[in-house]
Amino acid sequence: MRHGKYPFILAFLLPPVALYAIFVISPYIQAFYISLTEWSGFTSQATFIGLDNYQWLLRNEYFWAALWHNVLLLIALPLITIGLGLFFASMLNVGGRRGTMQITGVRGSSVYKVLYFLPQVLSVAIIGVLWRYAFEPSTGLVNGVLRAVGLDALTRAWLGDPSVAFWCVLAVLVWANVGFYVVLFSAGMQAIPRDIYEAALLDGASRFATFWRITVPLLWDTIQVAWIYLAIIALDGFAIVQIMLGNAGGPSRSADVVGLVLYRTAFMDYNFGRASAIGVAMFFLTLTVAVLSMRASRRERIEF
Amino acid sequence: MSVPQDRSVPEDTAPVFPVPLSRRALLQRAGVAGLALGPAGGLLAACATGGGGNNDAAEGEVTEDNPLGVPEDEPLEVVIFNGGFGEAYATDIHEPMYAERYPNARIEHSATEQIAQTLQSRFVSGNPPDVVNNSGANQMDNGQLAADGALYELTDLLDAPSWDDPNVTVRDTLVAGTVEVGSYNGTFYVLNYAYSVFGIWYNAALLEQYGWEYPRTWQDMVALCREIQSAGIAPWTYQGLHPRYMNWPILSMATKLAGPDILVDIDNLVPGAWNHEAIIEAATAVYNLRRDGFILEGTEGMDHVQAQTAWCQGRAVFIPCGSWLENEQADVTPEDFRMAVAPEPLLSTDSALPFEAIRATPGEPFIVPAQANNPRGGLEYLRIMLSKEGASGFTQMVSSLTSVKGAADGLELSPGLASAAQMLSNAGDNVFNWLYPSWYATMENPMIDAATGDLMTNRITPQEWAERCEAAATQIREDDSIEKYSR
Repeated sequence: MRHGKYPFILAFLLPPVALYAIFVISPYIQAFYISLTEWSGFTSQATFIGLDNYQWLLRNEYFWAALWHNVLLLIALPLITIGLGLFFASMLNVGGRRGTMQITGVRGSSVYKVLYFLPQVLSVAIIGVLWRYAFEPSTGLVNGVLRAVGLDALTRAWLGDPSVAFWCVLAVLVWANVGFYVVLFSAGMQAIPRDIYEAALLDGASRFATFWRITVPLLWDTIQVAWIYLAIIALDGFAIVQIMLGNAGGPSRSADVVGLVLYRTAFMDYNFGRASAIGVAMFFLTLTVAVLSMRASRRERIEF
Repeated sequence: MSVPQDRSVPEDTAPVFPVPLSRRALLQRAGVAGLALGPAGGLLAACATGGGGNNDAAEGEVTEDNPLGVPEDEPLEVVIFNGGFGEAYATDIHEPMYAERYPNARIEHSATEQIAQTLQSRFVSGNPPDVVNNSGANQMDNGQLAADGALYELTDLLDAPSWDDPNVTVRDTLVAGTVEVGSYNGTFYVLNYAYSVFGIWYNAALLEQYGWEYPRTWQDMVALCREIQSAGIAPWTYQGLHPRYMNWPILSMATKLAGPDILVDIDNLVPGAWNHEAIIEAATAVYNLRRDGFILEGTEGMDHVQAQTAWCQGRAVFIPCGSWLENEQADVTPEDFRMAVAPEPLLSTDSALPFEAIRATPGEPFIVPAQANNPRGGLEYLRIMLSKEGASGFTQMVSSLTSVKGAADGLELSPGLASAAQMLSNAGDNVFNWLYPSWYATMENPMIDAATGDLMTNRITPQEWAERCEAAATQIREDDSIEKYSR
């Protein structure tokens, strides 16, 4: 049967690769070409103009302002999400102490698991609309809770206030994503042998020490992957900003992101050449960030 | 119809790989994919920018009964934007009229909420439908389509005899402004069918209850605002996160003060147009609304639906909007609410235009693509829409005025629409409009939109606001890749 192996493998391999090539790789390659043209997106003629679109991009203050917000997201979103995710996951899995010798989660951890994961089953559109109503200044949930607990001084016009609108978006992104990483890290923690924790416990290690010296090193591969996923989400951010704040990117454009600049360039200005240039720039930026964070977080792999 | 470009994007940015790949495995897979793709490069020949088109449009014989030369048995494809107006007006009113006149022509009807996504590729490949209701948040830019030569000239339609009276041309049945708005550099390409009027909206029942009267001058408006404030109601609100709605009262009041020429300068991107003293005076007036605490608290954090709903609940008295407001708010408007609209107050009694002058603009664009198979049938379909029967049927079905003169006369109208129709007829010839938002979409949003947001929250002064608007105009003017229009 050995001679029939390759046709067999090819029969499985070719259709998906062909589909991927046509629907994923081909548009990418075309975007590179389109970014070198002046094209409205309606005609069959695109005029080749070389690197003009990239020159425009370098001088465009809207792009740079939006990119700065993406950079802020890139720093804050993975830090906060992974930090919270690790904290919650370790509390759910190894935080509790039942009796003296058992490693389990804190009390009620099964309920928390469901709560954390809940936003994950909602689509981004629903999350955006939900929070737009939660942040509504006069009848919204956020100000309502603040008033109820007597913190009236903290109430504000959240999404209408340029000094907080961006942080509202960040908070929603964290809220929407943290549940997935709690589950991801939980799965990773389940794979860590119990006896390592028990040994640490016997040696009198505190929860804090257990977390830093056992959980985090043994989860490093998972954290690394989480970092890259979150970095990619942070470099996008289009959907949630567009839904919560509209095409203008919030008050004084204070939460504008590159994806939204791309959208406006393509679908309001109808300049698909420039929009593709933004897309290509983002492609390389995302690639760079992914490679860099791979490199930066590379460590000796621990086998267990 | 609905102006706010605000919609939900059903796009999930959640991560898709549930299992973490090790770096090595990832690179290995990428390598395999790369190898496998080498020979597959040939598959990528079908490009987005490729394709061509056919242009063998069918034409029929021009006769008295068929002034546009419609090919009688050629199918007609109509695509309707399924938005605030729905699609029933096409399937129940206009298409049956066409079918009755041309029984041998098959009508292919479809409707979508996503015009650009559905049709853009058909334009690129040269196979577009015959009539497109190019509207909604995902509409294709009409100016760009016109500049690309993708639109069929509608001049023959204007000069054709109208459906109802062969002695009157279609052109003469249209309300003022329809041809101007639909023309790009002098050629009429876009028929805007629904007619929107703009003003300040209020609840007539509420004003009656307190014995207040809608003010005719801004001075009276400020005095009334104080009175409203002492009654414990917020005098004003606006569409918060979309502050460009406030551009409408600003530009309307400035136009009434200084005359419609200032709008021509703005549209033509004339340097200094935004620094006109009338515009600064109007901007100062609305700036002071916030300074004096006349704006509903939290307005700047609400989206248009939330602000309009607060207004419907009686928490604010005045809101700027267009005549679609009544339809948009139909679900949340209380029973005893008597929606009414009035022109913006005059900034000075010594004004260029009377109080009754308003901004009115035809909207809801219909186009016939240049590469349509049956463009003459497309023109005929538009002629049917512009008939008395077609237009009044539309008004009755979707509560909107049309760009057909007198089509709403004698119809039973809802309070808001009746008020809008009354305001329009009071205005007479004093109807103005500006076009820069449809010519240069990003100049309005986000550029001037962001500036107006800052103005309305008093983060910048009216002078700084004018500078920001001026800078936006300059940016458009100096960008050679943007097709320029003038009027």
